[in-house]
Amino acid sequence: MAVEQPPAQTSAQATAPARPGEQTRIHNIGYRNYDGPRLGRAYARRSLYSQSLRGAYGLGRSVKSKVLPMLLFVVMCVPALIMVAVAVATKAKDLPVDYTSYAVIMQAVIGLYVASQGPQSVSRDLRFKTVPLYFSRPIETADYVRAKYAALASALFMLTAAPLLVLYVGALLAKLDFSDQTKGFAQGLVSVALLSLLFAGIGLVISAVTPRRGFGIAAVIAVLTISYGAVSTVQAIAHSQDSTSAIPWLGLFSPITLIDGVQTAFLGASSSYPGEVGPSSGQGVVFLLVTLGLIAGCYGLLMRRYRKVGL
Amino acid sequence: MWTIGPRRAPRDAVRRQPVVRPQGDPYGPVIPERDADTAPRVDDHCGLRHYLRIVTVIATESLSKRFPRVTALDRLSVDVGPGVTGLVGANGAGKSTLIKILLGLSPATEGRAEVLGLDVATKGGDIRERVGYMPEHDCLPPDVSATEFVVHMARMSGLPPTAARERTADTLRHVGLYEERYRPIGGYSTGMKQRVKLAQALVHDPQLVFLDEPTNGLDPVGRDEMLGLIRRIHTDFGISVLVTSHLLGELERTCDHVVVVDGGKLLRSSSTTDFTQSTAILAIEVTDTDEHPDGTRAVRDVLHARGIDTHDGSGLPGAGHILLLTAEGEETYDVVRDVVADLGLGLVRMEQRRHHISEVFKDSDEQALQGGDEQRKEAVGHGG
Repeated sequence: MAVEQPPAQTSAQATAPARPGEQTRIHNIGYRNYDGPRLGRAYARRSLYSQSLRGAYGLGRSVKSKVLPMLLFVVMCVPALIMVAVAVATKAKDLPVDYTSYAVIMQAVIGLYVASQGPQSVSRDLRFKTVPLYFSRPIETADYVRAKYAALASALFMLTAAPLLVLYVGALLAKLDFSDQTKGFAQGLVSVALLSLLFAGIGLVISAVTPRRGFGIAAVIAVLTISYGAVSTVQAIAHSQDSTSAIPWLGLFSPITLIDGVQTAFLGASSSYPGEVGPSSGQGVVFLLVTLGLIAGCYGLLMRRYRKVGL
Repeated sequence: MWTIGPRRAPRDAVRRQPVVRPQGDPYGPVIPERDADTAPRVDDHCGLRHYLRIVTVIATESLSKRFPRVTALDRLSVDVGPGVTGLVGANGAGKSTLIKILLGLSPATEGRAEVLGLDVATKGGDIRERVGYMPEHDCLPPDVSATEFVVHMARMSGLPPTAARERTADTLRHVGLYEERYRPIGGYSTGMKQRVKLAQALVHDPQLVFLDEPTNGLDPVGRDEMLGLIRRIHTDFGISVLVTSHLLGELERTCDHVVVVDGGKLLRSSSTTDFTQSTAILAIEVTDTDEHPDGTRAVRDVLHARGIDTHDGSGLPGAGHILLLTAEGEETYDVVRDVVADLGLGLVRMEQRRHHISEVFKDSDEQALQGGDEQRKEAVGHGG
């Protein structure tokens, strides 16, 4: 093209002269072949994972795209900081909020994050048709799906675990009971890990349907808020009519109440269902199975979706 | 430190010494004693590396691809050797389907294919590691810079981070992108985008690249530059090329070999030099001397006496001064040389006038109509 380029044969002469005073001369070094290592499929998958994870916080992208994820991250952590400050200042016996209920309280922020970063992660590749380029490399469909899923789940885990860490460190600073706090913190981490996997799956499945980012964002928000709104409304009605046995089962129908149910049954959380009627251990098994089933289902749907995309 | 240039320090610059850069140099100074590549290189002769390793780059054997409603490829058998190979066909002739199968992304309905000696059905991953692909459609995210994008694609091909950055800087320079590579791709012209697409296909130094309609959407100048660049991919970089197009004319200058497909069938596969050698037309121009005031006529008379027919190339530029004759073989060149020397004239030019590939196409169309299977066999014979 516009470059003046001697053929590779002449490159040896082009670079050879080393006379003094020529230090600043530009030598055209011609084309060089690459004989170094090629790290293959697993490395490519890891690269895609780290690129997507960085992308989920806007790193390696424009300044504009850093604003929202960073802002949400801050919004997520600030209440925890305030609680810690209050606990330390008032020398409280306990933190104002359980580790397990923090994510439930902040679910709107988490929902916004999934809605903004899920489509960012996959819709862009579909819209700008970058997907075929990925599949012209050593990676396969499964690698792409796993990398994207793992990246968004990790990003969500960072978002949800960071405030828990703040709470935990604060609790230790406030000299609260170490074993109690550690146990609560661990339970909280398991809970947000499950939540991250579930939300990432739902967000990605919805976003992968449409190449348009706007639709993806709207659809994810709609699914998360409408399902939660519907479930909590029906639960409230059930509560007011004293049919308390129905309340836990209703919790199966929205992602956040599902997680709430699992952690109430197994992770010592107090339920945020109306009347605090959480599922019993027996019901909890169903909750756990549904959660894991949804996660697996999301993975399966993504695989199916991308098998079709190809080139 | 860096005196001019990009908003951010070029992390991918190959040399990272904090030295003052000369004006106008986007890549930093080259320090000969450090940068000189004194090691003997196997690829000093163009493409030798690849020639040594493989003789046949692509081989297909009665390859078919049938979809429920259409047959995209119909028992296609073709061998492609190293060099630049053009894959010509109308839209929907099966070019893109063939590339998909060759990349191991879509299984063939029947038949088999090998790329670089690897079976596409079982070694797709290995093939894709050694092969580059430039898609026909737009495939670039607008909000990242060319550098970031190409580095990412290099890593997706398995290059370690440092190597990915170095190769990206090199490759973008080779395709002719300089300062603008730090700007978001969204602001690029079509020509620049095509270069980025090409760069991502070359960044991992493949042994073979598939270029799907690389000249699409380019203006005549951009088209010429792209074709020149494609030629250089083979001659300078030593990478074999399979380039598709629906325009025969532009492949004529670029390709060593042309494969014509139509309706999923092989119409013709032949080397461009084969063709021009067999029916070469020579153009000769000589000087006049005192002894022979009309040198052209003198040569023509002698050649006629020797039984070689000439035409005066009427209608062409320089008509009257140029003799056209059909070269029967090597000896024709010798005869012309001797005749001119005997007459004491100066030989201004003796050059091959090449036929256009479109004539090959027309030709093969007629032949294909006459005898289908025979033609295919012959075509396969031409391959490689």
